[in-house]
Amino acid sequence: MTFQGWVQIAIFFIVLTALTPVLGAYMARVYTGRPILLERAFGPVERLVYRLIGPSSRVEQDWKAYGRTTIVFSAVFFVILYVILRTQGIQPFNPEGFDSAPWDVTFNTTSSFVTNTNWQYYGGETTMSYFSQMAGLAVQNFVSAAVGMAVLAAVIRGFVSRGSAELGNFWRDVTRTLLYILLPLAFIGALILVSQGVVQTLSGSASFQTLTGVDQTLALGPAASQISIKQLGTNGGGFFNVNSAFPFENPTQFSNFVELLFILLIPAALTATFGRMAGNRRQGWALYAAMALMLVVSIGVAYAAEQNGSPAQENAGIEASAGSTDVDVQDSGAQTGGNLEGKEQRNGIVASAEWSSVTTAASNGSVNSALDSYTGIGGLAPMFNMMTGEVIFGGVGSGLYGMLLFVLLAVFIAGLMVGRTPEYLGKKIEAREVKLVMIGTIVVPLLVLVATAIAISSKYGDPSIYNPGPQGFSETLYAYTSQGNNNGSAFAGYTGFVQPNAPGNTGSYGISFADLLGGLSMLFARFVPLIAALAVAGSLSVKRISPVGPGTFRTDTPTFVLLLIFVVLLVAALTFFPAVLLGPVVQGLTDSLVFPK
Amino acid sequence: MRRDLTASIVAAVVFTVLCGLAYPLFTTGVAQVLFSDKADGSRVERDGEIVGSSLIAQNFMTREEIPEAERGKFGKKQVKTPDPSYFQPRPSVTGYSANVTFFNNLGPNNKELSQMFRGFLDAYLELEEPFTPGLGEGDVPVDAVTTSASGVDPHISVANARIQANRVAEVRGLDPDRVNELIDDNTDNRDLGVLGESGVNVLELNLALDEEGQ
Repeated sequence: MTFQGWVQIAIFFIVLTALTPVLGAYMARVYTGRPILLERAFGPVERLVYRLIGPSSRVEQDWKAYGRTTIVFSAVFFVILYVILRTQGIQPFNPEGFDSAPWDVTFNTTSSFVTNTNWQYYGGETTMSYFSQMAGLAVQNFVSAAVGMAVLAAVIRGFVSRGSAELGNFWRDVTRTLLYILLPLAFIGALILVSQGVVQTLSGSASFQTLTGVDQTLALGPAASQISIKQLGTNGGGFFNVNSAFPFENPTQFSNFVELLFILLIPAALTATFGRMAGNRRQGWALYAAMALMLVVSIGVAYAAEQNGSPAQENAGIEASAGSTDVDVQDSGAQTGGNLEGKEQRNGIVASAEWSSVTTAASNGSVNSALDSYTGIGGLAPMFNMMTGEVIFGGVGSGLYGMLLFVLLAVFIAGLMVGRTPEYLGKKIEAREVKLVMIGTIVVPLLVLVATAIAISSKYGDPSIYNPGPQGFSETLYAYTSQGNNNGSAFAGYTGFVQPNAPGNTGSYGISFADLLGGLSMLFARFVPLIAALAVAGSLSVKRISPVGPGTFRTDTPTFVLLLIFVVLLVAALTFFPAVLLGPVVQGLTDSLVFPK
Repeated sequence: MRRDLTASIVAAVVFTVLCGLAYPLFTTGVAQVLFSDKADGSRVERDGEIVGSSLIAQNFMTREEIPEAERGKFGKKQVKTPDPSYFQPRPSVTGYSANVTFFNNLGPNNKELSQMFRGFLDAYLELEEPFTPGLGEGDVPVDAVTTSASGVDPHISVANARIQANRVAEVRGLDPDRVNELIDDNTDNRDLGVLGESGVNVLELNLALDEEGQ
């Protein structure tokens, strides 16, 4: 680990912390309907959208109405996306003439994008037309993110409401999120990325002869516009199969930094939006602090583990320490050292390890290195981030409403310890809320463990596994942890060689099983906590706010931050400890090599 | 419920037009005007012909036909060996494909991965040791013997380039100091001085070498 590496990580957190209150305040204006500058440009579009949607866009909704609209809207989009992907062959913008994927892969992909997961069982540049990417997948990148943020806005309104059951209007929240937050930011981001070398064109791939006379073909496409929103909206689905490792998605050290920042930008800023709407900015900073602390530790663990190198490397006689080369090299330290297998030279160890932690803390799931090649402990860091239920920043909107459920749990536990009625933001937390919180926080880990157990113990899960030994178990656990938390990153060996169109494809046995189990996991993981959070907000909204007194348990202090971290870690550790031991920990403890099957 | 359904269908169409067509097409237009070279894939030309993309690695191998009588039982028609007059990029399991990409995905404890590394290490030493006497296993930079994530990593480490410089200079009859200067010219340093790692762009370096003359 180098000084330069830590400086790089420090700069990232400084910039992120500086942007959080700025964007947070702006988003609070968007959600409280106060005037903003962009309304002059997009106001007419906004009003046109409301006119087209009709009277539904003008009524105030309670939590049940809000939740119902969310579900119906997502269901409609599910059907539309499924149809688009299945009729790809007859659509425009398809220069490579790709046909559609089979129904089961399409079911998985559709579930994946509607739920903001972006798990990829398909290869971008080998199976998807430009039309499917733009009008199908990229639209979901926007819309699924906007839905998460809209629901969060409604949940916050419930938490701070002074007795009214109304949580806002779904259509207004989604439309304003798209027009005033996501579209402008995505546009700016896309241009920054193109300036670094990310491709953005409608023409088909380009073929030529290389310097030594070999044929090479460049896959192209409207990538920048989609990558920009995939990072901002914590979606993560790559335009190309190897995602942000591909130079046309992420060409420079600077583009890597910008994309990293974009992953956390909105989830981080939403904590400040929450603080503003709650009328106490310290409440927002407390949540930000808890999230940031957990993330820093995770980055440190991954960085240290990867810099040490892997057993496979050591066994082959490769020296893992940086700067070890002293034969005719003027500047020592001119190489990265560490486990560089599956990582890009321009990112090196530190920017790869940082990315893997950031992308799993936020439920983004894009990768700039191959996670399956990480060491046991290096791979445990991203896996554990997801196991916390995606609340370390988490998905846009969904991360914070998930964290608010943990806050109520922490407040409840603190209340039990000191023997007072637990309160949050002046509202009493009672039996109904605690029950809903338990549903919201337990369903997801349950899904993950059950799905993993089914996959690992049945013959249908077996062909999906690629690596031998504990790594094979880790692949399975990672796959269902990722899909069951709407993350979307993968130990990509899993099903890598059984999916259609995959290189080295070995046939179709086992595909439907992995597609269906994963697809269902994603749908439940998205909508159960979403409804639970709305229900909690609905139940809190009608409660009186009691004034702050000397006996009030403060939730904006360092003590509370530590308590919150403790509760999040405790729930994750208690749930996943045995499973984690069997996979990544065993992998990390041994130096011996395993033969492939 | 029915009202939600009709509103959802209308909204789906509106949002698809807005985010799925207007946004990417408008972005494409602006990007093509502002940064057309980069938006089209940073293509590199020589004598008016496209020879590659500066962001995508390509292989620098020589191919020798095997005479029919000497072909083994698999009937392999060509032997590919690294062209000693060029700098070599990082190994790739995808054959430097820029239109079908995939990870290697072999795990950290996989015997197969270790054997693959061993093969890369032996090949590297065989190629470089004659020109860099005393080069041992422990001196080989990791980037030279591991595969990248994308399979088309355009960069190698400076340490790796310095070792290869001895070979390239001797084969081309160039002054080693001049070759090292070219390495410096084609190194993409850390952006802002701290981000990521420095890397030497192999294609651009090789093009610069060819311009020096043999």
